[in-house]
Amino acid sequence: MEVRMPGLIATWWSQGRRTVPTPSDASRLPEWFRGRPVLQPERCLPDCHACRDACPTDAVNTSPLRLDLGRCVACPECAAACPTGALTMSSDHRLATTRRDDLILDGGPARLAQAMESRTRRLLGRSLRLRQVSAGGCNGCESELATAGNVVWDMGRFGIQFVASPRHADGIVVTGPVSANMEQALRDTWEAVPAPRILIAVGACAISGGVFCGSPQCRDGVPADLPVDLYVPGCPPHPLTFLDGVLRLLDRLG
Amino acid sequence: MTLGPPKSFRNGQAVPGAAIPTVAPRAFRDLVIAACASGARVCALYALPSGGEVTLHVLLAHDDVGRLSMLATRTRAGGSFPSMASALPSTQAMERAVFEDHGVLPEGHPWLKPLRRHPALQAGSGTEPGGPQGPADARRPEHPFFRVEGAGVHEVAVGPVHAGVIEPGHFRFQCSGETVHTLEIHLGYQHRGALARLVAARPAHRTAIAESLVGDGAISHGLAYGVVAEALGGVAVPERALALRQVALELERISDHVGDFGALCNDVGYLPAASWCPRLRGDIQNALGLLTGHRFGRGFLVPGGLIAPVGDDVLAELARVLATFGREFTQVVSLALDAPSVLSRFEGTGVVSQAVARDLGLLGVAARASGCDLDARRDHPLPGCRPLPSAPSVQATGDVLARARVRVAETTRSLERIQAQLAAMPDGPVRAPVGPWAGDAVAVGLVEGSRGQVTHVGITDANGGLAAYHVFDPSLLNWPGLAMALRGQQISDFPLCNKSFDLSYAGHDL
Ligand code: SF4
Ligand code: SF4
Repeated sequence: MEVRMPGLIATWWSQGRRTVPTPSDASRLPEWFRGRPVLQPERCLPDCHACRDACPTDAVNTSPLRLDLGRCVACPECAAACPTGALTMSSDHRLATTRRDDLILDGGPARLAQAMESRTRRLLGRSLRLRQVSAGGCNGCESELATAGNVVWDMGRFGIQFVASPRHADGIVVTGPVSANMEQALRDTWEAVPAPRILIAVGACAISGGVFCGSPQCRDGVPADLPVDLYVPGCPPHPLTFLDGVLRLLDRLG
Repeated sequence: MTLGPPKSFRNGQAVPGAAIPTVAPRAFRDLVIAACASGARVCALYALPSGGEVTLHVLLAHDDVGRLSMLATRTRAGGSFPSMASALPSTQAMERAVFEDHGVLPEGHPWLKPLRRHPALQAGSGTEPGGPQGPADARRPEHPFFRVEGAGVHEVAVGPVHAGVIEPGHFRFQCSGETVHTLEIHLGYQHRGALARLVAARPAHRTAIAESLVGDGAISHGLAYGVVAEALGGVAVPERALALRQVALELERISDHVGDFGALCNDVGYLPAASWCPRLRGDIQNALGLLTGHRFGRGFLVPGGLIAPVGDDVLAELARVLATFGREFTQVVSLALDAPSVLSRFEGTGVVSQAVARDLGLLGVAARASGCDLDARRDHPLPGCRPLPSAPSVQATGDVLARARVRVAETTRSLERIQAQLAAMPDGPVRAPVGPWAGDAVAVGLVEGSRGQVTHVGITDANGGLAAYHVFDPSLLNWPGLAMALRGQQISDFPLCNKSFDLSYAGHDL
């Protein structure tokens, strides 16, 4: 058998090392990335509702100016509609939170995800095994989650890994608006994960229903009786946003 | 705007609903079957209820002359029409959708199972899609899973929740030992009621929904919606926007093909390419991000053009990134497709013959890998755009290797196309205002996405409001192709075959 080692080694060499440095507060995504919206309510004109009317997911409210990241699909329409620059987009990827309320932006300081309580962290040790359940996800979120495991983002180096069975998992990651046809399968999967377990809602769909909010065929995201430990907003969230959130939850960042 | 009454029309044209020839149900079936016998293809079949009546529309593509035609028939609400699914298997899923959405029975349908609606699942009575399902309709036969019986035959059930990070669906295999006799693919878990949301949404918000139908098809579906809206609103999209849209569409194709090539290598354990390809795909997603502000290209398209202008500096940077990508991708592919361990697993696996591909109406990569020479970019170019200058990449063998080769060839072709377009980018505005929509009209948008032809049909009411919207993702037609590819294969080759088709669940379930 002919072994093409020279070609393989040359390619290996030229492909190079591509893994990004450990995520930190200093991590930066390119300028074009539509990350955290920046609100400056003091710039709002009286009786202006341009941003609210432009939003496809009813994520923006005026007087006072509020933006619900849990509904936002980063479509930039609100920023484009704003006549005064009261609402702009930044490339800040740190968007995940541990409380649903913290996703509601009001122009004050960002409220980032908090570490979970130390007893659970100790039980998990240095690994976190997750089962992914797509419940109506369009494959955007699923694709970015898979990307978080590739050679570039390499979440495996932090002990974070997707596993094939809920029995092997410490928690589940839910994507999609939870289609009615998937609700039972989602609940069954959750029940199959041994406690203590965590639940991560990824994407506008899983947090609020996203653009499908209000559809009778969907449940507007993770049903209210399931306890969400981490909200990772975006449509879909960037792999770095997901990593940032999970590492904060594990108290492994900074 | 007013519309003439064409007998046949082009992609991106609106026609008055009244101009669609209406015939009796039996003639409807016979005419469609006859048209397909002489080379036409069914792109869409849907029902429009109004009052006590239901109108059925069929959309046919005549690829050889680059034209489309429509035919209509009527029946009473709760009535029936003669099924054409036995003669034209490509219509089987569309007829099932008509039945479950509108209660009009396709008489003589060979396999009238629920497609997307599963009340048993919703009632929480299990995650198994067996048992009585669908809207209560005494006319629906009960359909348990297809079973093979005999000594040593066993059944393997997989899903809806899968082992990987992918969408849900249920697969039922009938096997003897390792050999698969039949595979039944049962979907619908992803049904989000997306089209009803799209119709109900305010016009300015519809693109965002179209872009969410299929995550890695945001550009093709967003564009197909744009074409429909532009046809109804009678707008000529500025040239620069037309060119930039095509660049985005080809970037999406490259991204999907490269990701898929890496997944194929992963499934046969060729790890170098399995690790390099996702990184290469990431470079393309970032290139798409540079162009559109989003790694899947959302928030870029708008009916009439683009949301915002794109500077020439961005285009220069794009050209540079793509040149590097082209070199690196070629290296990886030539290594992978030269490795005996890869070739021996790809070759002869999951074969779909040309005859089967044609019968099922397969589209895109799946069709071209089985020798079907079709590509909407050549046959039904976007309005205002030149057709693809050369024949699409076609392979004869219909196996995993053929599908991999088509993806590689199309990646190279798309790179060349983008570079040519970047080098000759027209100047000028990127957005034109869209007028009020034509009333009582039907408009069609066809876009060759990475999985094949995406078909959108918009129907307006008398005031030019959107009355109904229908989407036919290529996955709807291609899933049965995967089922056929598995016949006689080892069950352990399922992941490989599945990846080689790379179909969308959400696009099927909508
Ligand atoms: S960027 Fe977010 S908040 Fe702003 S319009 Fe789009 S979805 Fe709404
Ligand atoms: S949040 Fe966006 S990317 Fe994620 S599943 Fe929903 S529509 Fe798709």
